Amino acid sequence: MQTHSYDVVIVGAGGAGMRAALEASPRARTAVVSKLYPTRSHTGAAQGGMCAALANVEDDNWEWHTFDTVKGGDYLVDQDAAEIMAKEAIDAVLDLERMGLPFNRTPEGRIDQRRFGGHTRNHGEAPVRRACYAADRTGHMILQTLYQQCVKQDVEFFNEFYVLDVVLTGDPATDPGARAAGVVAYELATGELHVIRAKSVVFATGGAGKVYKTTSNAHTLTGDGMAVAYRRGIPLEDMEFFQFHPTGLAGLGILLSEAARGEGAILRNASGERFMERYAPTIKDLAPRDIVARSMANEVREGRGAGPNKDYVLLDLTHLEPAHIDAKLPDITEFARTYLGVEPYTEPVPVYPTAHYAMGGIPTNVRTEVLRNNTDVVPGLFAAGEVACVSVHGSNRLGTNSLLDINVFGKRAGIAAAEYAQTATLEEMPEDAAHDVGVAIASIRAGAGTENVAKIRRELQETMDANAQVFRTKESLTTVLADIEALRERYARVGVSDRGSVYNTELVEALELGFLLELAEVVVVGALAREESRGGHFREDFPNRDDEKFMLHTMAYRVPPTARVAGEAGEVVGAGEIVEAGASAGEGTPPRPTFEGTSVRLDYKPVTVTRYQPMERKY
Amino acid sequence: MTATLENPQTEMGAIPSFQVTMRVERFDPESGSGSYWQEFTLTMHGTDRVLDALHQIKWDLDGSLAFRRSCAHGVCGSDAMRINGRNRLACKTLLKDLDLDKPVVVEPIKGLPVKKDLIVDMEPFFASYREVMPFLVTTGNQPSRERLQSVEQRAVFDDTTKCILCAACTTSCPVFWSDGQYFGPAAIVNAHRFIFDSRDEGAQQRLQILNDKEGVWRCRTTFNCTEACPRGIEITKAIAEVKRAIVTRSF
Repeated sequence: MQTHSYDVVIVGAGGAGMRAALEASPRARTAVVSKLYPTRSHTGAAQGGMCAALANVEDDNWEWHTFDTVKGGDYLVDQDAAEIMAKEAIDAVLDLERMGLPFNRTPEGRIDQRRFGGHTRNHGEAPVRRACYAADRTGHMILQTLYQQCVKQDVEFFNEFYVLDVVLTGDPATDPGARAAGVVAYELATGELHVIRAKSVVFATGGAGKVYKTTSNAHTLTGDGMAVAYRRGIPLEDMEFFQFHPTGLAGLGILLSEAARGEGAILRNASGERFMERYAPTIKDLAPRDIVARSMANEVREGRGAGPNKDYVLLDLTHLEPAHIDAKLPDITEFARTYLGVEPYTEPVPVYPTAHYAMGGIPTNVRTEVLRNNTDVVPGLFAAGEVACVSVHGSNRLGTNSLLDINVFGKRAGIAAAEYAQTATLEEMPEDAAHDVGVAIASIRAGAGTENVAKIRRELQETMDANAQVFRTKESLTTVLADIEALRERYARVGVSDRGSVYNTELVEALELGFLLELAEVVVVGALAREESRGGHFREDFPNRDDEKFMLHTMAYRVPPTARVAGEAGEVVGAGEIVEAGASAGEGTPPRPTFEGTSVRLDYKPVTVTRYQPMERKY
Repeated sequence: MTATLENPQTEMGAIPSFQVTMRVERFDPESGSGSYWQEFTLTMHGTDRVLDALHQIKWDLDGSLAFRRSCAHGVCGSDAMRINGRNRLACKTLLKDLDLDKPVVVEPIKGLPVKKDLIVDMEPFFASYREVMPFLVTTGNQPSRERLQSVEQRAVFDDTTKCILCAACTTSCPVFWSDGQYFGPAAIVNAHRFIFDSRDEGAQQRLQILNDKEGVWRCRTTFNCTEACPRGIEITKAIAEVKRAIVTRSF
């Protein structure tokens, strides 16, 4: 085991992590620790754009952007955070341009902007050109540009080091003094454990799309940061809100950017009908993703799907000029050709919703400080990007706002972490800081486990797709929860055939699966308790939004196994049944449910409302 | 072994399956023995890629098979490997496009030290990249708004902005194989991306670096790099443009 010491350690080297590193490294001794080489991060797969009210091509302002973000998130957005994001968006884009990002340009040589779902002029009048972009590879350009700047600044990276634990000085559930002390990482190339001490720890590990089978997410997006924090007593916020991107390549889940519809592409059902006219008469195909995904799923469910099995709809670009397609959407049209053998110039592309983005994550305030409950922070612990929940996305993120989120809050995290480190002292590490990780690895690698990693993961992903996707009911969620509990039980006996130390990627997949199972349970328990429909969470048995009961963020806490035996207060009904546990959180809030047989305890947190009172969400 | 489509007239909507033999070069540094070949026969489907076949081996047959992958659709650059003698991304190579009458041969990319199975040490590759100053160089105060750049100026370096640093080009280059000092195509591509960016002021320094004996002049124009690039970058052309810039721009 090796020990290292830094002022700031950033976990994850995607957009948020590297944007943080660019701020932290000139101010404090900084290391970036990443499971992947930085340029492999999934920020690079983002396509369509990054919104900012630059008003380069038409009238726009940040207040409209704020409103669209709040409405797009179905009013579960913390409005102070959304306002900060929309205001700072302008500098975030200009920062990237000054770093060299090759944005597409207007005829005047300014940054060009295009339309995107849910982004409108004057509070919903019509789509607005707000997305700054570089063809359909905006995320690629952001990732490359940030990496280039990291090279320029000589940022120190620990590449292919997998962070498996965060070290805190106390239990954040009970100890108000608990603060960050460092992380424990597993070096993929050698199998060695590293304890990395730091005054500040920034989580920027991205999402958890691999809880689902059909997903646009990379194989490596297994919610590591979320699960690591959760296991150490940090709550997770709003995890039941998962975004299903409307246009995944049918059967494969590979993302086709919303920019296609921004550039004029149209969704059609089997009979060629532009069905979005029925669901969102004003902005049609450019409605927010939750609405479009649900509409597509509904078309298929009602028998209007295309293809031999009527199980997808069609994205039609055939009325667009091939030259326009080549200039604005070169990559996604190549995906259609490569993976489905479809020529988008002349044929519509089969598409179906694909699990895309976790709106929820590690709760933070607008300074990116991690919350240990509804109000108190864990000093020295920060989070930004998809791993975090500020919450700027509420129950449904608008397209382009994730690239914005990583830049705005990544930058804030880098500054905040460095500033904290300037006055903080390096906390003493317990001598056995790597003990738990060591035991977990040894038990998988050397143990006699017989359960197969891939088999459990496949079953998890299949039941999540079948039961916790676009449409959810109490029955489907109860089914998937029981499945998860059974899979967790099997996971306790998981084994690997590779006993080696060098690039034991089988072991890595086993550890990732443990995180996925942990998070899937949180997603489903949160979804089961939320008896309403809002944004990306649609309950067929509760089809309406219920602001009276659920205009609240979910806060999920992991109940340690020992506490589980003692039991939360409340009547035990049976697996998956909601039971009331103790006093409710306060006047007008739903009871805090606990779920017998699960490790999740739920609480709720008020939504920050500043300018915009909840209204009915129509497009 | 023959690869024939099973029942091409299957019921509507069913995806045809076929048999494929994967012949994979294995190397375990902890075993004390050298590399060896291992064959796996799999049943695969119409839209499956080489990466799907490797996953099927890893997940169902031999968990110890080691390879890098992440996005699985050709944008992250993790899974460059040598497939039937050609550098490609495993996630972008559809099995049905290969000759399945013979085993599909999969090896690590060449010219970088093999760490385990299909995983190579990428550090020498990234070291070359870092040497060409792959970042925008400007002088003077930052403008308060964006720097202006015309659509035409932007188009000049568009092709080389697509690079995903997968190393397929560099490790297909015979010059890189034989001497190991050559910067390699990927580094030159990333230098090109800035040399031809109208906003950049570091071209002279970069051209000096590339005019070095291990720089662009080692290129023998074999076009392997252009053929290998999974992003379709015209790499040989970019290298030629850099050569021309060294000759024509005085410094």
